[in-house]
Amino acid sequence: MQYLALIYSVEGLESEYEGDMMADYGAFSAAISEAGVMVGGEALMPTSTASSITVRDGKTTVTDGPFAETKEILGGYYLLECKDLDEAVKWAAQIPTAKYGTVEVRPIMVFDQ
Amino acid sequence: MRGIDTALARVYRENAGRVLAALINQLRDFDLAEEAFQDAMMEAARVWTDKGVPDNTAGWLLTVARRRAIDRLRKSKRAGSNATRDTILLLAEDNTLPEQNHTIPDERLRLIFTCCHPALAQESQVALTLRSMCGLPAAEIARAFLTTEPTMHQRLTRAKSKIRNAGIPYRVPEQPDILPRLQPVLSVIYLIYNAGYTPNNTDLTDEAIRLATILHQLLPHAEVAGLFALMTLHHARNAARFQGGKMVSLEHQNRDFWDQFTIKRGKNILVDALKQNQPGPYQFQAAISAVHSDASDWQSTDWPQIVGLYTALNDLTPSPIIQLNRAVAVANAGDLAKALADLETLKSDLANYQPFYAARAELRCRDGQIDKARQDYQTAIRFSQNTAEQEFLKQKLSELG
Repeated sequence: MQYLALIYSVEGLESEYEGDMMADYGAFSAAISEAGVMVGGEALMPTSTASSITVRDGKTTVTDGPFAETKEILGGYYLLECKDLDEAVKWAAQIPTAKYGTVEVRPIMVFDQ
Repeated sequence: MRGIDTALARVYRENAGRVLAALINQLRDFDLAEEAFQDAMMEAARVWTDKGVPDNTAGWLLTVARRRAIDRLRKSKRAGSNATRDTILLLAEDNTLPEQNHTIPDERLRLIFTCCHPALAQESQVALTLRSMCGLPAAEIARAFLTTEPTMHQRLTRAKSKIRNAGIPYRVPEQPDILPRLQPVLSVIYLIYNAGYTPNNTDLTDEAIRLATILHQLLPHAEVAGLFALMTLHHARNAARFQGGKMVSLEHQNRDFWDQFTIKRGKNILVDALKQNQPGPYQFQAAISAVHSDASDWQSTDWPQIVGLYTALNDLTPSPIIQLNRAVAVANAGDLAKALADLETLKSDLANYQPFYAARAELRCRDGQIDKARQDYQTAIRFSQNTAEQEFLKQKLSELG
């Protein structure tokens, strides 16, 4: 099964991370690649760069800012190939941001036939 | 016909969990397993009336249920999919006749770990465990947990759908994960037990003890045994717990009604648990209960030992409620001044907790602080949620004069 690990945290809080976050993310990405679990993954630019788009009655509207104004924002993701939720949770717990933010794990929907 | 009905009810009670667990393991589908099992029970009602009850009821039910599952899969919307074809092939491979004796593997350990997976909310864990492990109908679970049947159906449906769609495995966790994963399982069993601790819900205590018995057989971990011992020791006091529909506290129970045979059994389970040398909160609670069981009355209880056990329990899992119980034990052991001082340190944590005021009132009364005791009883009555308790506290208040 494929799981999307969505990485949430309070923007700016990464400065309080104990250790070298870049190095830890590098090590994590290497570990999941080696285990054959990594399907994909990227970090996102801050929410100050976000634009939200809606189309109503054929009219496109673009507004400045993220979809929801929340303290914890989506900062990046990994797409993982795991045999079950237990394996996905095991890997998600090793994402560095899980130490101060939250990682949400969601299965990818499979459309039969 | 009546004989068959009684036999069926007994067979259901004794086999539902085990047969369902085996079916879920093969089908990987809770709903299909439940439906196929119901089909098999209906067929049993028909066939057994004519031919009599077979020796191996569980094996008979599993074989018939498996065939009904194949029928249902062939008729289902998913009949054409590869996954369904694989399942049908796998099920059809086993072509034992229902009459033939065959043992069925016990898959209930996997089942309870799946039902109590931490990715499910606790109320769902409880409902799913009672539905799948104990075979209780949704309506009965709804009644026990004071909710409506549609709400309970929805809760069960959501939980089963999460197991299926989120890929919650049907597996006993591997070492070293088994210990943290055991905690929600033990919590669920103890919660079911405590939900049965009311005069009209006692079936649930039986279900909880049955679950603990199974878990203890399949996984004799020290804390599993600790919980089993704790519930067995509590259970031994069943006949003394209620008088005229009212709950009687440990202090005022008629100890002649305690079941000494069950107490001995509880103690033996605890002793075996302690031998494993892996102390845990359930073992300490069971030990406290065992010390109470040794005393012929409340006054002659070995209070210094109870104080020691509460201290050890609090070191392991610190909690103001454990500290409150310890303070009461300290007072009963003879050190009223220390007990009152200990309570002072808890007053902000337990500011809204009725038992705190009831306990302090009692201790202040013993200390001759009648006015303060009166205030505490009045506060306790304000925080109390049930009338029986309020009546008890009002009685105490009036005794102060």
